[in-house]
Amino acid sequence: MITAISFWVLAVVAVLSGAAVFWVNSMARASYSLALSFIAVGVQVLLLQQNYIGVVTILMMVMEMAVMAVYMVMFMGMNPALMPMSMVHDKRQALAVAVGVFVALTAGVLLVPWPARRGAPAEDVTAALGEELMGPKMLAMITVGVVMAVTIVAGVVLAAHRTRYDRFGDDLRRRPAHDPQPGGVGR
Amino acid sequence: MPDSTVTTVSAGWALAAAAILGLLVAFAAVLDGLFSARTAGAGPSGMTRPLGETARLVRQRRRTTVAADTLLWRIGSSGLLFMALMIVTVVPLGQWTLFDLDVGVVWFNAMDVLAWAFVWLTGWGANSTHSLIGGYRFLAHGLAYELPLMFALVAPAVAASSLNVGTVAAAQADLWFVVWMPVAFLVFCTGVVAIAVWGPFTPALGSDIAGGVTTELSGVDRLVFQGGRYALLAAGAAFAVPMFLGGGNGPLLPGWAWVLVKTSALLAVLVWLRRRLPAVRPDLFMEVGWVVLLPAVLVQDLLVAVVAVWRT
Repeated sequence: MITAISFWVLAVVAVLSGAAVFWVNSMARASYSLALSFIAVGVQVLLLQQNYIGVVTILMMVMEMAVMAVYMVMFMGMNPALMPMSMVHDKRQALAVAVGVFVALTAGVLLVPWPARRGAPAEDVTAALGEELMGPKMLAMITVGVVMAVTIVAGVVLAAHRTRYDRFGDDLRRRPAHDPQPGGVGR
Repeated sequence: MPDSTVTTVSAGWALAAAAILGLLVAFAAVLDGLFSARTAGAGPSGMTRPLGETARLVRQRRRTTVAADTLLWRIGSSGLLFMALMIVTVVPLGQWTLFDLDVGVVWFNAMDVLAWAFVWLTGWGANSTHSLIGGYRFLAHGLAYELPLMFALVAPAVAASSLNVGTVAAAQADLWFVVWMPVAFLVFCTGVVAIAVWGPFTPALGSDIAGGVTTELSGVDRLVFQGGRYALLAAGAAFAVPMFLGGGNGPLLPGWAWVLVKTSALLAVLVWLRRRLPAVRPDLFMEVGWVVLLPAVLVQDLLVAVVAVWRT
């Protein structure tokens, strides 16, 4: 009973704070109402007894929104992000697409004949979920994870306009390196 | 692997846990007052300083700023205390715990990450340049300390083969984890000091930017924010006890008493460190975090993992 009530309350919080992302007029409020929405979803996942996934969802999403606050200042030039601003662009088409997607999804939820539960939940639901999602592909997934991390690093290296020749000179012998922003280890 | 032997107590005991946290906060504040007064050569008079400061802030009128984002400001300034209370729910006091979560270690991590949100929001809310700069200084520190802190939490969890805090504490009956994973312990303590915006991590509150995040904080808001910093320091010290310092293990005294003794001792060290370590500049510390702390703690994790595999 209490679980069901909390689940519905959290669902309403998640949807409303998700919608608030577009109502509010400040980047900070938009970021953190999105974070609140995800926290509500994380607690819902906790209620589904997927403890690990629920707690990790909260962890990731809060950190992600904080990192977004960093980028907000780094990349937004003259910082319009620090002033009140509208959170929507191209309102009419966006609204049409949003309503269309919502109607399609809701229709799907209501019209699909959901199967009744067969059998009992596994002892360790998180492990069972991982097994179900990954199955025998675990090794491939781990490899893909490493490849993704390497891709991110390589992307940053390629995007940076300064190379090691800018840092260490043409013969790579200059020490300490010539950096616009010196670091604490003095390399 | 040893099983957790903690029993979950009813939710009403949360008040008792909060009271213990309050006592630890008072202890830390009095100790800090004492150290401050001794540095200034004022003798033991500093002991009453927290009391006077509390009385002053309770009576102080709230300062208001133009176009402040009051909602986010209040959420931010009261958030640190909330984090500390959430952290202590998973810390077992001897054989009792409030919340015997099977992923308690990840729970601590999720709660400590909230500091990123709350400290920055406190800086943002006032609509003041200096406090926003303070908020960004904290985030810059965060980018450097957070990953090492996460990997420091991995080491005890791998050694105990569990993410449950009680099980991690029970796994140290023979040997405390601090003995064979000192790097992880030091990095963990660095992280605790950082989330409490304490000691070396105070540039976010620096006097060079008129108090940084706390520039415009006044009255009760300031009291709750500063109290929250002490509470985080205390909660972090309390969490280090089951993770690294053997939990309730110790001779003569019962488990709960050992947990309190160890927590107070570590808390005292963390408070004392404030005057022993220089402030670390966020831009310089970034490289220290990524080039020194992160590889060091990864090597520590590797050693712990090898030992754990070899044992089984």
